[in-house]
Amino acid sequence: MAGAAVLGRLTWRVATVLDVRPETARAKTLVLGVDGWPGHRAGQHLDVRLTSEDGYQAQRSYSIASAPRQDRLELTVERIDDGEVSPYLAGDDLREGDRFEVRGPVGGYFVWRSDAAGDVLLVAGGSGIVPLMAMVRQRAEETSPVPTRLLYSARSWDDVIYRDELERLAGAGFEPLFTLTRSQPAGWTGYARRVDASLLGEVAPTPPAATFVCGPTPFVEAAASALVGLRHPPERIKTERFGPTGG
Amino acid sequence: MPIVSRGFKGKRRGEGPSDRVPPGQYLTDDFPVLSAGPTPHTPVDQWDFTITGEVDELTRWTWDEFRALPSETFTVDIHCVTKWSKLDTVWEGVRLDTLLERVETAVDYATAYCDGGYTTNVPLADLAGGRAWVVYGYDGELLDPEHGGPARLLVPHLYFWKSAKWVRGLRLTATDEPGFWESNGYNLYGDPWREQRYWGD
Repeated sequence: MAGAAVLGRLTWRVATVLDVRPETARAKTLVLGVDGWPGHRAGQHLDVRLTSEDGYQAQRSYSIASAPRQDRLELTVERIDDGEVSPYLAGDDLREGDRFEVRGPVGGYFVWRSDAAGDVLLVAGGSGIVPLMAMVRQRAEETSPVPTRLLYSARSWDDVIYRDELERLAGAGFEPLFTLTRSQPAGWTGYARRVDASLLGEVAPTPPAATFVCGPTPFVEAAASALVGLRHPPERIKTERFGPTGG
Repeated sequence: MPIVSRGFKGKRRGEGPSDRVPPGQYLTDDFPVLSAGPTPHTPVDQWDFTITGEVDELTRWTWDEFRALPSETFTVDIHCVTKWSKLDTVWEGVRLDTLLERVETAVDYATAYCDGGYTTNVPLADLAGGRAWVVYGYDGELLDPEHGGPARLLVPHLYFWKSAKWVRGLRLTATDEPGFWESNGYNLYGDPWREQRYWGD
């Protein structure tokens, strides 16, 4: 089902950087003011277009991290070293007042509607947390009672994006669970293994009404296949994959 | 004139011949995967390909019948709406012309339907003339399920979401009926050279 927010032609709009927040060693959140932004739904993405002084342009897609709002939005960008756009957006030079263009919102399928009934499972691999965070934030802002469980896989505690906010939002039906696959801090009591059928079986013993999986392709492929193997109905599993390229 | 992003220089400029890389695209050597849901795994003994809808009679091929059709190995460029393009990809499969010549129809549009419920709409004219295939081989191997195996549609002159993975048939229709992504914000036709990514492009 397509939302009113994406009806009509999507035009390029000027985005102005209002703030830059470091999230991890590789990821930064950009707070953007976008004149005329039509609003978005949690889970959608947008296109970014950078233009150099001599007119060369590069475009990439990024998930929107913030809950739906009309006047500003947030992107969280992870730097890919050999990328073209992410080293600019998540590099050291971008600052308040810088401008680029955005077009969106895009994508009417990988979206969570806060009025949808039923419990939700969110499964994130690495920076795949970004569109899921928009859902978590919308749920919190609207004090939605929808039972929501997040399983977030990262290499280490320092690689967990939004970790303070996720811990702060825990409770009132929201349960963030972390698995750290490479290294764990001293005294770690969370999971420390890859997302597979046994871990998903523990986290989601019964199929939720809706499941959103986002991350790198091998992660999404493994998680979605494992859920189907656990007899979760495939039509309740929505996936968004970040290719190995990009940037 | 678009606004200039302070300090942006770009590092991929000039990469790839401009007559082969459509506007807004960049080249990749990888083969990224994009799907809206879990990957279906259909055994070939349960696979068939059907042309249905506005046709005089339903036409159906089993896997063995399909593999016995004249096939070809060919090289094309592919362009994904998420901005990557990949040049010189090598596929093996059956031309849509070979399938459509068995079918009598008076209509102009097709919807490809797939395991997993995916659909996409393509004008019949774009499936004819040696510009579209149902492929089962990629780069000398059988097509991996992740990339659409056992068989996918391949319409390389349109954005890659039109090249439906896990394809099981065509439904011929009198009108151009939006498929899955076409109902979710993406362009009804999807010509990469006119950068028809989204509604209204």
